Parts: sequence; structure tokens; C-alpha cells
Amino acid sequence: MSESITVDVFNHLVGLAALELTSDQAHYLRTQLNHQLKVIDELKAIPLDENVPINLHGVPYEKASSALPREDIHKPFPDPRSILAQSPQVDDGYIIVPDIPHTTLK
Amino acid sequence: MELCDLSALELTLLLRQKKTSAVEILESTLERIGGVDGRSGALDAGALTEEDKQKVHAFITLTDDRALAQAQKVDQQISKGEDPGLLAGVPFSVKDIFCVNGTPSTAASRILANFKAPYTATAVARLEAAGALMIGKVNLDEFTHGSSNESSAFQPSPRNPWDTSRVPGGSSGGSAASVAAGEVPLSLGTDTAGSIRQPAAFCGVVGVKPTYGRVSRYGLIAFASSLDCPGPVARTVTDAAAMLQVISGADEHDATSAPTPAPDYLSTIENGVKGMRIGLSPDYFKITYPDPNTGELLIQPLPAEIEKSVRQAAEKLAALGTEIIEDVPMPNTRFGIPAYFVISRVETASNLHRFDGVKYGLRTTAPVADLTQMYRQSRKEGFGLQPKLRILMGMYVSAAQYSEEYYKRALRVRTLIRRDFETIYDPNGKYRLDALLTPTTPTTAFAMEAVYGNSVLMQYADQLTVSSNHAGIPGISLPAGLDENGLPIGIQLLGADFCEDKLFRIGRAYEHATENADWRQVKPQVLR
Repeated sequence: MSESITVDVFNHLVGLAALELTSDQAHYLRTQLNHQLKVIDELKAIPLDENVPINLHGVPYEKASSALPREDIHKPFPDPRSILAQSPQVDDGYIIVPDIPHTTLK
Repeated sequence: MELCDLSALELTLLLRQKKTSAVEILESTLERIGGVDGRSGALDAGALTEEDKQKVHAFITLTDDRALAQAQKVDQQISKGEDPGLLAGVPFSVKDIFCVNGTPSTAASRILANFKAPYTATAVARLEAAGALMIGKVNLDEFTHGSSNESSAFQPSPRNPWDTSRVPGGSSGGSAASVAAGEVPLSLGTDTAGSIRQPAAFCGVVGVKPTYGRVSRYGLIAFASSLDCPGPVARTVTDAAAMLQVISGADEHDATSAPTPAPDYLSTIENGVKGMRIGLSPDYFKITYPDPNTGELLIQPLPAEIEKSVRQAAEKLAALGTEIIEDVPMPNTRFGIPAYFVISRVETASNLHRFDGVKYGLRTTAPVADLTQMYRQSRKEGFGLQPKLRILMGMYVSAAQYSEEYYKRALRVRTLIRRDFETIYDPNGKYRLDALLTPTTPTTAFAMEAVYGNSVLMQYADQLTVSSNHAGIPGISLPAGLDENGLPIGIQLLGADFCEDKLFRIGRAYEHATENADWRQVKPQVLR
């Protein structure tokens, strides 16, 4: 069977996913992706009536089983410094990152 | 028998009768952990020793100071005549996918190895509020991505207490192993495709996947948000019911948590099963999967021992007054894995984008030219192969040109899977079932390294459990015997939405009916 995820498609995905891979990793991952796609392709053979809706979560969201939307009220976190402290690089309450590349949008 | 070998409710009873103290229970627990667990999971752990291969390695982090403080508090409450809570003095472990304030919360990933959670998951907070003692965080597949625990970045990965050359299952393998080895009577796990029930079956313990929404996901590091369910792992059905009773209920921090009040499962668990209707489906006695090289569909029957355990359980339940309904059709069961390969990957690709080295977790120390390179290098160093595999598939099947063909189609197939269950539980329908009785897994625990790396075969370990995650319904895995190698066999009960009470009643009746069975007298290898 032909491979759906070619090297070019794979490399494009790696870029979109903000990943970098060694050649061994790339070989393993692309092989596994193509194996998985053969499983996924089984879905194509299922007869689906046009009226079959999508299901985003198994249990229907009905009044009895889902919470009402809560009021949009700001509640300050009790210790924001503990959250900031998780950042790898912080200065005076600001998270420091390397230069942000500028992209000209067309 | 040591204190740590008792069930959670036996421990609380002894405690309330002042025949022991929470501190004594904790000491017994720590002694057992010291005896069977071996070194905890760690990054860059080096080669396995022969001694490592005999140990369980359930834990990544022990929180014995936290547990001791809680135990002392419980003992003080009891001495003052106060109610210390339903699970007072009961040690429990937590799958390290839950945030617990001040503790490392790693998801078994290098990318979160240095992350200390600034808040506590609702399910953990409720257990501690009920007097339970959090003894530590247990290992799992990285970000829950697996069915064997071998993908953890924290090695040695957990081993099966019944045979330490075998996997404990996954992804809640550390939870199931810690309960089976008598390290704790309770553990908090998560189930996205079978991640509580499959390791529970492999390790000979009880595992519950509650109805989606029954337990808050607040504080759970997300894998696939529409499928993830926190739930109990225990040694008895009654303990699992008590734990679910404590952790379930509405939570303002999770909009998907159901507003239904937490039920009192313990008040009905001994009510028996007379008059209940339990189904058996031929679609759960075979496994259908494509050959990875040719794509040809292969159909295999389950091992005879596993099918026999299910049918013997049906006979036991029939003798207790249930009506067994044969040949219940569940035609879309076999599409559970293909649909899961799509839906879970799309959701995890989205969820894992937050790990970028900016706000928390690993940031590369390598020189980088700009932010984009920092993202890529941090994710390269931080993620193991299994998260990378899932991210890439998620990107592919949700891409604009493939979304209709894959993602949206999988979501519609999910509707068909849900309809299978709606049909069999419909109170006015042909079947009117209270539960479906099935095997939990297609095999018993497999050898370490036997499957790891073959992502398709590993995923099919969940073929008999994943459909209930798609449908959102509850399920429970119960120990039901040992195979010819002395490895536990699990059976599964699947129920209608929010009908965990029925599953507990059936499970408890089965447990009671088999309490003198020979296989129940056998201990795991690490306890012999």
C-alpha cells in the first residue's frame, strides 16, 4: 500500500507542530503514522447516513446533566507569584522570552 | 496480614473503633512501599539492575510529610470526638497527571519534570477533605499516552506486582500496581480509552471509569478533554464506591462536571441483583484489527480463558437472580479504535500546544536565535516519542483538507457508538439492560518490551474499553480469575449514564459470590 504521509507531508507537519526530530525519530514516527492511518481508513468504509450528526462528547449536555453557565466574574488567584515562579525566566513580574521574529502578513 | 493489606473501609472502621491510629496506618503503608517499590521513577535513571526487575516502581514522588501531617490531624479529630470523614486515615496514591499544590506534577514527562503545581485538583482536594492521606504521586505513560507505562520519561517504569517481568498496563499503571501490591488501598487514576480499567484488569484490582462529568477534571493535565475521566482504583468494589462517592459531584471549576449530587452508593451496594438484566455481546468476544503492513482486516477470537471467565461470571450472576440476555448486538464496537485514533489525537495536539517553554515546564538551555526556535528546541527536548506521535497525527487529521474525511467522520462514528449503548439501555426497548458484561481486555498482562513501539498493537489493548469513553457511559473492571500463567483476568460491566450505582451492586454481588474462589486466595508475586 502507498504511504499517505510522505516525507514532504511529514516535514510540513513537524514544522506546524513546532517540533524538531532526529532522523531516527522521524523514521519511526512517519512509519507509525502511516500504520495508524491504515487503521483510521477503516472509518471510510462505514456507511454513514447524511443525518448522522457529529458527537463532540458522549453524554448529551442536557439541563439535568450539565452545569448552567456561570457568571463571568473575575476571581483573583490567591497567590499569583506562585504561578509566575513556574516560568523559566522572569524579571520584575515579566516573563522573559527570546526575540520574537517579525513576520510580514500578506 | 498487615494494616496496609486491609481495605479502605476496614481501615476506617478500625480507626473509628480506636483499634489503630492514622499514623500507624501510614507507618504500615510506608513500610510496604519500602519493601516492594524499589527506586522511584526518575529522569536519566540509568540501566536497570536485576533488583530493579523484581520491584514494582509505582511511585515518582512520595509525599510522606504531607501524609503524616494529615494523619496527625485525623488522629486529633478522632481523639476530640469529631467526624474525620468517610475515608479518614486511608492512604491513597495519585496518578501524576493531577496537579497537587506544592508537589511535582510531572505527567511523567521531561517537559514538566520541574513543574510544581500551584493549585490542587478537585478530586484530590475532596479525598483529603474526607480524611484520606495522600502518600504520593504514581507513574504513568507520558501524558497518559500508552497502555503499558513504558513510555514514562521517569524510569524504571512500573512493573506488574503479579509478575514483574510483565507490564502493569496503562496509562494508570502506577495506580493499579500500587493498589495490587498493598502499597495503598486506593488510587486516583484517569481513563481516556481504558486507562483505569485495563491496568486494573492486568493487576487484579477494581477500576472504575465514571460517567463523563461525574467527576471534575479540574486540575487534571488534559490528554483528550472530551474523553478523560478521573476515577478510582481499589481492591474491593465497596472501596471503589466509597471513593467515587467522595470525589464525584458538581464543581464550579469544571463546566463539564454534572450538577447531579454525589450519590450515596454505599447505601445501595448490598441490595443484590435480583431482577436485573445483564447482556452479553458477541462483538466483545472477538478483536478486529487491520494488519499494519497490508491493511487487511483480521478477526481473532479472544483467548478461551478470558471468554470463559466472562461466561462463568454470567452464570454466577444468573444464579443470583439476574436475567442474562445473549447475543446483544454492538456492531460499532470495532470502530472504537479507528475513531479514537482521530479524536484523541486532535484533542491532544491542541492540549499539548501549551507546552512551549514560556510560562512553565522545560525551556531549552541551548542557544536559540528567536522565540520560534526556542519553542521547537524545548519541545524537542521535553516531549518523548509518544506525545510527538500523537501531536503529529492530530495535526494531520484535523488539517483543513482532511478534516471532513477524518475528524468530522470520526465524530459521526462516535454517534453510532453512542447509539449502540442507547439502544441496549433504553427502558422501553428490546434489551432494557441494566449492564453489559464483557471482558475488560483482549489479553492478560503482556511482557515488558513485547508491544512497546508498535503504536497500533498497543492501542488495540483498549479495544474493549474505548467505546464507553466515546459514549461517555460508566464502566467497571473486576478481577475474575487467573490465567494459566497465574496472571489476573478482568471482566467489565458497562452501564447507562450516571448508573454507577447499578454497576457497584452487580460488582459487589459478584465479588461476594466468588469470595471463596481459589484464585482469590492467591497473592501477587511481590507479596509471596
